[in-house]
Amino acid sequence: MPGADKEADLTERIEAFLADLKRGGCGTGPIRGSGETARETTALLRKVTAQARWSSAGDLMEIIRKEGRRMTAAQPSETTVGNMVLRVLKIIREEYARSRGSSEETDQQESLHKLLTSGGLSDENFRQHYVHLKANVIEAINELLTELEGTTDNIAMQALEHIHSNEVIMTVGRSRTVEAFLKDAARKRKFHVIVAECAPFCQGHEMATNLSKASIETTVIADAAIFAVMSRVNKVIIGTQTVLANGGLRAVNGTHTVALAARHHSTPLIVCAPMFKLSPQFPNEEDTFHKFVSPHEVLPFTEGEILSKVNVHCPVFDYVPPELITLFISNIGGNAPSYIYRLMSELYHPEDHDL
Amino acid sequence: RGVPYQTVTLIHQSMVKRLPEHVQVDDPAVVKRLAKKLERQQIPLRSDYGYKVSLFSHLHQYSRKAPLTQLLSIPSTVIHPSIVRLGLQYSQGIVAGSNARSVALLHAFKQVIRDYTTPPNEELSRDLVNKLKPYISFLNQCRPLSASMGNAIKYIKKEISNIPSQCKEEEAKTKLLTCIDRYIEEKIVLAAKAISKYAIEKISDGDVILVYGYSSLVNNILCEAFEKSRKFRVIVVDSRPRLEGREALRRLVQRGISCTYVLISALSYILPEVSKVFLGAHALLANGYVMSRVGTSQIALVARTYNVPVLVCCETYKFCERVQTDSFVSNELDDPDDLMVTRKGKTQLENWQDVSSLGLLNLVYDVTPPDFVDLVITDLGMIPCTSVPVVLRVKNLDQ
Repeated sequence: MPGADKEADLTERIEAFLADLKRGGCGTGPIRGSGETARETTALLRKVTAQARWSSAGDLMEIIRKEGRRMTAAQPSETTVGNMVLRVLKIIREEYARSRGSSEETDQQESLHKLLTSGGLSDENFRQHYVHLKANVIEAINELLTELEGTTDNIAMQALEHIHSNEVIMTVGRSRTVEAFLKDAARKRKFHVIVAECAPFCQGHEMATNLSKASIETTVIADAAIFAVMSRVNKVIIGTQTVLANGGLRAVNGTHTVALAARHHSTPLIVCAPMFKLSPQFPNEEDTFHKFVSPHEVLPFTEGEILSKVNVHCPVFDYVPPELITLFISNIGGNAPSYIYRLMSELYHPEDHDL
Repeated sequence: RGVPYQTVTLIHQSMVKRLPEHVQVDDPAVVKRLAKKLERQQIPLRSDYGYKVSLFSHLHQYSRKAPLTQLLSIPSTVIHPSIVRLGLQYSQGIVAGSNARSVALLHAFKQVIRDYTTPPNEELSRDLVNKLKPYISFLNQCRPLSASMGNAIKYIKKEISNIPSQCKEEEAKTKLLTCIDRYIEEKIVLAAKAISKYAIEKISDGDVILVYGYSSLVNNILCEAFEKSRKFRVIVVDSRPRLEGREALRRLVQRGISCTYVLISALSYILPEVSKVFLGAHALLANGYVMSRVGTSQIALVARTYNVPVLVCCETYKFCERVQTDSFVSNELDDPDDLMVTRKGKTQLENWQDVSSLGLLNLVYDVTPPDFVDLVITDLGMIPCTSVPVVLRVKNLDQ
C-alpha cells in the first residue's frame, strides 16, 4: 500500500537522521556545519508535514513536537535542530491564524493588555480543519529553506560595512560564516587576520590555510598568545555555535578569553551568527551547558603512567556573557545583544520554548 | 645630604644603556656591526628562518633544525667545549627554564675558569673577562640570554674585575669558584627555600591551586607544602606548542599530589573551581610588569575576572632594570614549525612556507600588567608588583 510505504520511508528517513545526529556532532569538529544541519532538519520536517497523517493544525503540531523531542534528545548540544522545529511550529501557528482569518498581530504573544481585556486564557486549540493549510505550511517551509540557503551570503554581503583597510582582525578557531565574511571583504580591501589555533582540535589551522589561499595576510598564533597580541588588534570577529536567549554565546572553548582580552583593550567584539543559531535557552551553567569529549585529545595515551592518577578535562564550549559582545551580525542585519530578546519573540512562540 | 645625591647618580648611571642587538634586527647598520663583531670573535652568524610576521621584524627567528654548532669547525679553538655543549642544549630546548639555564651557565663558567691559564704579560682580572666575551656572544646567538643569565654574568664579571692583581692564579681561581658556588647557593637554592616558607603561609587546607606550565620554583613550593601536610589539589594548565605543563604534572603526581590537567583554552571552564593562582616569572621589570612564559598574562586576566588571587613567585636575582609595556618590543620568537600539528593523519600547515600570505607566530614570552597581580613572593618577603624598583635600588646600594 502506497500510504504505508510512504510512512515506512518517512520513519526510515527520520531514524537515519537521528543516527547521523548522534554521530555527527562528536566534537572533533562537526562533520556537518550547523547550516547543513538546519537545512536537513527543515527538509525533514517538510517531509513529515507532507507525508504524515494529520487533519488539523493541532495534530500536526503534536507530530512535529514529538519528532522534535526525539531529534533534540539525539544530540542536545546541536541546538539548530531544536531551533528549526520551533520555527516550523511558529509557521504552523501563523498559517492557521491566517486561514482562520484573524490577523497575526492579535494572536501574537500574551501581553499584559490582552490578559486584562480578554479575561482568561484564549481558547485556542487548533482543532479546525482547513483545506489549504497543508499547502500553505509547505510553502512557508520552502520559504524558510530558501532563507536558510542564503544566510552565509547575506552575512558576507555586510562585510565591507565593518572592515576598513589595513585593519588587524582576530578570529578564533574555524567558522564558515566568518570565513565567507572575511573573503568577501578581501575582494575589495587589504587587511591582516590573526587566527588563534584553538587547541586541542586546532581548527584555526584550516581556517588560516583557507584564508591565506584567498590572498589574505594571515598569521597563526597559539592560544596562549591571545592576550599578548590583542593590543595590536583592531577588531575581533568570531562565529559561534549558539546564541542564547540573553544575548550570550555558547562558542568554542577559548572564546571567553578572547572576549575578556578584547574588553581589556576596548576592542570591539563582533559575532557573525545567522538567525537559525538563535536559541530560546538560557545559560544553565551546571549540567546542561557543557559538553565534553575524550580527554585523550588533551593528554594522549602515550603519557601512560600518570593517566590513571590525573583528572583531565576537555570541554568543547565556553559561555560568553552578553556584556562582552559589541555587535551581532546576522542575515537580517546588525543588532546589539540587548535586542536579541525581541528577535527571539519574532522567531519563536513562547508556548513552544519547552518542546 | 648623602642619600639624595646617591639617588641622582644612580639614575644617571642607569640611563646610559645601549639597546641590545637582538631586538634591532630590522636595522641593517646594527646587523652589519654584529656580523663584524662575530667575525672578529670567530663565531658563526646564525641566519633567520621562515617568514617573519611584520610586527616582529625587529626580532630574530631561528629554526631548531639549524643549530649554530653545525657551522662551527671541529675542534673549535675559540670556544670552550662546555660552552659549545651548553649552547647546543639551549638552542635545542634541552635546558629550559630561567633557573635551569642560569645554573647551567654558571657551572659551564666554573669549568671555563678551572681550565683557564693566564697568558704571560696579562692580568687575570682583565684577560678572563675578555675571554668570556666571545662565549657570551656565542650563547646569545644560540638563544637570547634571559634576564637571570644577564644578572649572573654581570655578577661574575664584577667579581673577576675585583680580583687584586697581586693574587696568585690558583688562589684567584679558587676564589672565583667559591664566589660562583655561593651565588648559586644564595640566590637560587636558599632563595627557593625562603620563598617556599612565605608561600606555604598562603596555602590553606582545602585550597584548589592553579599553576601554569613548568616553573621550578612553583613546583618546589607545592612539593614542600605537601610535605608539610597541607591538603590541597592542583590544576595544571598547559599550552601548545611547548606543553611544558606535562613535566610539572609528572613531578607533582609522583609526589602524590592530586592533579587536574587542562589546556589553556579551557581556562574559563576550570577557573570557578580555583581558589588561588601561583605563577612563576622569567623576570620582573622595573615598572612592575611581570615577564613570563606566553599565556601567563591571559591566566592573570581571566583570574582577575573571576576574582581569584594571583600570586607570582620570583627570586630577586631575576629583577631587571628594563621597562616594557607590551609583549612586542622585546621578546623571543621560537621555531615557527612547532605550531604545526598532525591530527588524524593530516598536517594542515605542512606547506606554510609555500603560501606567501601565511605566517606562523610562536612567541615565547609575554608581559603581565601589575594590576592583574595581587602579590609577588620573593626571598626578601611578600611585596606588591610595584615595589620592584625599590628592591633594585636596595640591591644596588648594597653592592
